[in-house]
Amino acid sequence: MSVFPWIVTAWLFAIGLWGVISSRNLIHQVLCLAIIQSSTYVLLLAIGYKTDEGAPIFVTAPSGSPAVDPVVQALTLTDVVVEATVVALLLSLAVQAWKRFGTLDPDRLRVLKG
Amino acid sequence: MSLRTPLFLLSIAGFTAFILWGLIGLPAFGNYQGPYGDIINGQVVSERHATNAVSAVNFDYRGMDTIGEEFILFVSVAGCTLLLRTGLDEQLVEKRNLAAEGRSYSTSSAVKSMCLVLAVPASLYGWYIVAHGQLTPGGGFQGGVIMASAAIFLYLAGEYVVMRRLNPMWLLELGESIGAGGYVLIGLSGLAAGAAFLQNILPLGSEGSVNSSGTIWAISMVVGLEVSTAFVVLMLEFLEQLLELQPRRPR
Repeated sequence: MSVFPWIVTAWLFAIGLWGVISSRNLIHQVLCLAIIQSSTYVLLLAIGYKTDEGAPIFVTAPSGSPAVDPVVQALTLTDVVVEATVVALLLSLAVQAWKRFGTLDPDRLRVLKG
Repeated sequence: MSLRTPLFLLSIAGFTAFILWGLIGLPAFGNYQGPYGDIINGQVVSERHATNAVSAVNFDYRGMDTIGEEFILFVSVAGCTLLLRTGLDEQLVEKRNLAAEGRSYSTSSAVKSMCLVLAVPASLYGWYIVAHGQLTPGGGFQGGVIMASAAIFLYLAGEYVVMRRLNPMWLLELGESIGAGGYVLIGLSGLAAGAAFLQNILPLGSEGSVNSSGTIWAISMVVGLEVSTAFVVLMLEFLEQLLELQPRRPR
């Protein structure tokens, strides 16, 4: 089915967004944000795919043999690693919220103090 | 909460329908039409003597974007270190005695022995992936994460204090600075040689050997150093929260 990757992208985005909005726990919220980012990876890799062609690595295959698009793969692989560190930054915010306010519920963190 | 859920479900349904309508307008899955990828696939071996087109795109053709991504990583780690610093009401000890505080946990001996065995091979494998970035699938980012996992294996093997002493913070910070600054210096060396910033000015070598593709190999090594030290710093910051911080007793 040729529209299947787009359906997977839209579903991951929607379910991640639902998780972020309805979340009662900061850590759960951060992981739902990671799910939203995964939907962009699926979209990127699906855009660059060519049916029945090989990987863009030319060690055994001679140069010029058909291969899929390497640019979107390059974008995705740097993004995965950078996302991990951004998730770590957000989780450290959650750690500090727990230490300072004693709660991880975003609804109860609403009131600004001072 | 009673009104929020159906309202949100309605809007998410509309939003998903809109996204699907846009995505279905793209070329069908498997019908990639853009010329850029095909041109790179055809030229990468002859132009750069690199057999991994993905690494060549990352570190040569689109090297400017990768410098930005690497600095996002660098700044995130700096922010994390800043956020998890020792507060005024905490103090650092060598290792908290969690068992004495009534909070102890035990790891199974299978995990401990397996991780002890895997620590050094994981580090070696990570170096292999980094050093062969221009030949086979891999490169600085992937190999750097595998190298960082070697330190995590040491922690899982139960040797937290040993892992702490093998990775002193000054060494990790030095590695991170060399990694991030090294990338910029390689780019500036292009300027110094009279070419553009980040242009591939080193000798290209013969394809298929480790010493090929000029600056792609050098950038892959410094990025591997940066990513691995960044991940070890992150892990140590979080573990410090659990294992080394304790509330300072009021004087």
